[in-house]
Amino acid sequence: MAKQYETVIGLEVHVELATKTKIFCSCSTQFGGAPNTHTCPVCTGMPGSLPVLNRQVVEYAMAIGLAANCEITRVCKFDRKNYFYPDNPQNYQISQLYLPIARNGYVEIGTGGTRKRVRIHEMHMEEDAGKLVHDEWDDTSLVDYNRSGVPLVEIVSEPDMRSADEVIAYLEKLRMIIQYLGASDCKLQEGSMRADVNLSVRETGAKEFGTRTEMKNLNSFKAIARAIEGERNRQIELLSEGKKVIQETRRWDDNKEASYAMRSKEDAQDYRYFPDPDLVPIIISDEWIERVKRNQPELRDEKLKRYKKEFDIPQYDAEIITASRHMAELFERASALCGKPKKVSNWLMVETMRLLKEKNMEPEELAFSPENLAGLIELAENGTINSSVAKEVFEKIFTDNVNPVEYTEKHGLKTVNDEKELLKVLEKVIAENPQAVVDYRGGKEKALGALVGQTMKAMKGKANPGMVNKKLREILQ
Amino acid sequence: MANKISDEVIEYVSILAKLELTEQEKKDAKADMEKMLDYIDTLNELDTDGIEPVSHVFPVHNVFRDDIVLNGDGSGDTLANAPLEKDNSFKVPKTIG
Repeated sequence: MAKQYETVIGLEVHVELATKTKIFCSCSTQFGGAPNTHTCPVCTGMPGSLPVLNRQVVEYAMAIGLAANCEITRVCKFDRKNYFYPDNPQNYQISQLYLPIARNGYVEIGTGGTRKRVRIHEMHMEEDAGKLVHDEWDDTSLVDYNRSGVPLVEIVSEPDMRSADEVIAYLEKLRMIIQYLGASDCKLQEGSMRADVNLSVRETGAKEFGTRTEMKNLNSFKAIARAIEGERNRQIELLSEGKKVIQETRRWDDNKEASYAMRSKEDAQDYRYFPDPDLVPIIISDEWIERVKRNQPELRDEKLKRYKKEFDIPQYDAEIITASRHMAELFERASALCGKPKKVSNWLMVETMRLLKEKNMEPEELAFSPENLAGLIELAENGTINSSVAKEVFEKIFTDNVNPVEYTEKHGLKTVNDEKELLKVLEKVIAENPQAVVDYRGGKEKALGALVGQTMKAMKGKANPGMVNKKLREILQ
Repeated sequence: MANKISDEVIEYVSILAKLELTEQEKKDAKADMEKMLDYIDTLNELDTDGIEPVSHVFPVHNVFRDDIVLNGDGSGDTLANAPLEKDNSFKVPKTIG
């Protein structure tokens, strides 16, 4: 029988913090500026420049650490990690090795009904590097230092994951926590969240870990899942051929669905880490920790528990709605305004989800106000507009955040409840469709539907279909 | 001299430092590094049990700035340091990564 293998995975996740300025200087972190416009002597490593730490970086890092159940390091400091590469103008990266800001935490993940803790080894603050663009024309590389010095938090997990599903559940969990905290937008495609996967395989039941490789360049959940599968198979193949796995960094090429070796992994001491003498220690008091805790918003797990108690909506709906802090806030505010959480949930779960999918948008990008959604629900509930008109108006709210009251008024979409006008139209429809009338009277229920349809059409959808149905039956009796 | 630095160590350190050394320079570097290690040996003779490591000599901590953008477009000064320049960027030999 073929040997059974178990995959062992640990993750290093880099998150770009949502500060306005870089970690050690007052340059903007805004994405997309012309090359090198957001640079100064500090973030380009000029001799004699002095880095000064951005307080907000420490606060975000503490918030993430606390939300991931970590111990906050009371005296922490920065170290220099030395290496030479054109994206690193100082020839060292300012990072934290000896006393990282947070340690010994965990997050809980759920996959297929089972819950599990993924332990967090440590979390540290560091600076990002510049960006290299390959210039095809004269076969050189162009360096842009706008990203140099953008603050990052690196979150290092223990090797606690065993499958791609668990890895993705862990990343989703981290992303949700960090987005709720407002500490980063965590977009994999844009690189504000990056994951390096450390993976090894071992025979099922073995106690020792196998030799691991580190995979970089994974910029979507799908690429991560494919890379894990590919690397697992590559390592198992090597082992079953009696070969050895070499400890190295590999780069995943998602187009080719294959990885290739980048460089042999340098040992920690090769980076010749030492404390950065330009930066003074950070001492974190109880009072500071308490303040960060107090400012922490309600996180997703707490929200879910509260929704269960406060709102009569299905668990599944609550999970979808709270997956985005923005959507959860829309839900809560619209519910408070109209007092109908179940209706609000329906609009979010059905029409909003449909339009998000159709327009390929993220829930965070929803731009309509809770006031307008609540207003629409009022109009639909008190019969001012019928359900098909409500859907039409909702699309306008979704795209242009229109005021539903003004919009229905302006476009004459209110349901016509004027009986006289309805009767006039009905008479006309009956006169124009004698066959349908005969059919209905002869016992064909379906024929009534055709008459209702004709009436709705004649009234441009503004009639109340229930009312039309009722009146028609009365007349044709 | 208690510390012996092997030729392999010199080779390795020069790779990490991206330096190409002549035979004479390797010999000199070896002697210098051995001297440094001997000095560390002298320091190691001290009893430092229970003494906190010092990373900063001044009794100063928590020096922060507020998260406010103060710097404008710095590309002019930054690129003045570029030996080669193209498209507002530093132009360097082709680098993979």
